[in-house]
Amino acid sequence: MLIKSKKASDVRSSEITSPSVYLDRRRFLQSAAMVGAGAAFGTIAGPALAATEKTRVKLAGVNKTKWTQESLGEKLTDYGSVTRYNNFYEFGTGKTDPADNSNKFMPRPWNLAVDGAVEKPGVYDLEDFLKPHQLEERVYRFRCVEAWSMVIPWVGIPLADVIKRMNPAGNAKYVAFETLKDAKRMPGQRRAVLDWPYREGLRMDEAMNPLSFLVVGLYGEVLPNQNGAPLRLMVPWKYGFKSIKSIVKMTFQEKEPPTSWNMASAREYGFYSNVNPTVNHPRWSQARERRIGDFLKRPTKMFNGYEEEVGQMYAGMDLRKNY
Amino acid sequence: MTRADAINRAAKPVVFVACLGPLAWIAWAAIASGLDPSGPLGANPIEYINRYLGDWAIRFLLGALAITPLRGITGWAAVMRFRRMIGLYAFFYVCLHLSSYIGLDQFFDWREIWNDIIKRNYITFGMVTFVLLAPLAATSTNAMVKRLGGKRWVNLHKLVYGAGILACFHFYMMRKGVQLEPIIYAGICAVLLGYRVVKHLKKKAQLNPKAGAA
Ligand code: HEM
Repeated sequence: MLIKSKKASDVRSSEITSPSVYLDRRRFLQSAAMVGAGAAFGTIAGPALAATEKTRVKLAGVNKTKWTQESLGEKLTDYGSVTRYNNFYEFGTGKTDPADNSNKFMPRPWNLAVDGAVEKPGVYDLEDFLKPHQLEERVYRFRCVEAWSMVIPWVGIPLADVIKRMNPAGNAKYVAFETLKDAKRMPGQRRAVLDWPYREGLRMDEAMNPLSFLVVGLYGEVLPNQNGAPLRLMVPWKYGFKSIKSIVKMTFQEKEPPTSWNMASAREYGFYSNVNPTVNHPRWSQARERRIGDFLKRPTKMFNGYEEEVGQMYAGMDLRKNY
Repeated sequence: MTRADAINRAAKPVVFVACLGPLAWIAWAAIASGLDPSGPLGANPIEYINRYLGDWAIRFLLGALAITPLRGITGWAAVMRFRRMIGLYAFFYVCLHLSSYIGLDQFFDWREIWNDIIKRNYITFGMVTFVLLAPLAATSTNAMVKRLGGKRWVNLHKLVYGAGILACFHFYMMRKGVQLEPIIYAGICAVLLGYRVVKHLKKKAQLNPKAGAA
């Protein structure tokens, strides 16, 4: 079990921000019933699955990796900023909309569909899907195309491990991802800000890169709804919008998949969208970025500082054309 | 005391101070919480301040454009006495918005600022809007009206229509995707300018009844 069951009394003493709502019993019963996972009475398994800033739940058994805050040598962005400054248009276009409008979102039960050119297609319950994998923590830089950045300790599993387990066919050159489309649960989808559902994709070698990460938590806790619960991608050398949130579908295919921001404005957002300070963007200069919490901007690094890990994948490509 | 005097003495100072409200709030918030991410300005206070000032700039600009139609529709003539003040406040908030962009967002990096102006369309539009509004603010005094002469002054001040349209474009283009807020502002702007077009056409028809009937 990925989520450590604790007694309710343990939770009260842990990191819950607002003691008055430390455990909404009704919601616990509701979500426990929805999950139907036989959550033992008196555990927090229920609310654990509906993590909001009110119900923060620690993830157990998370391994350390080489991607630590110490090895990165940069300060972590505070939890409040990470969870109250989000671009997640499914819950509204303002920066605090996702935190304000995702309280009622239930990220469990959750189905993940895997299809296309792959040996093990199917619709997986997320718990089952994650079960064979070991959770680990990675501290990555996160660079938004709007020229701001953060440093975030994510919890998740390597995407490459998942892909190996699903075993794509030889002609699978790309992986396409889709976010949940359900305007009842994601009120921002009532407006056609984008052509829903949100779509993203990676070339197979990008998806298999050791940096590519499937995220289920941050700061050692279950992923908050506003950050893309229950499952999101994290590809730290690309602009933030590539790291698709609340994933319901993974498709292995031969053709390059259409991606949401590229569909909205191809001139601005390419398929690759690698962080690149030398490629001029029609809307924001990408030469510098404001690290959240700083006053002055800092220079942006090629591939967001991950050139060593990912640079060879783009050797010989004209990055001005393939932006 | 005439009615005009009463407005000048009582209502104008009240409106004048009220228009400083948005500035007072943001100044208080910035001083009180600074860069504290849990404060009212959120995790990215510079972005918040810049956008907030932009919001108020366009609100005052549309507010100034609303005064003539308001008088026309309601017959409330006294409202005209506030047109200049609201218009100048629009320019005031534009200047604050521009200052926050230069001083906070870009921190006086003139090369980056120049690159933004020539390369990022929405900033080009913002800059042109500013350039259109500046001469209107400069010629807003009674002395300038006299110096230019009524007709020339009126013609010059028609630039405000272009400024309104460009400001709406600036707002729309700055937001990613198709967002509701800038569309609402553009809609309001369209109604305010549309009112003038309709009035103009009606007037023409009256002057030239034959053409109007055709
Ligand atoms: C003088 C040149 C101008 C420059 C350099 C400029 C620059 C900017 C910048 C950098 C942003 C925010 C971008 C971001 O946060 O990502 C912005 C937003 C905005 N600006 Fe301007 N601007 C200018 C003129 C104007 C004028 C004349 C108006 C209106 C009368 C205006 C109204 C707005 C509005 C409404 C927003 C959007 C605020 C929001 O998102 O809520 N700007 N501008």
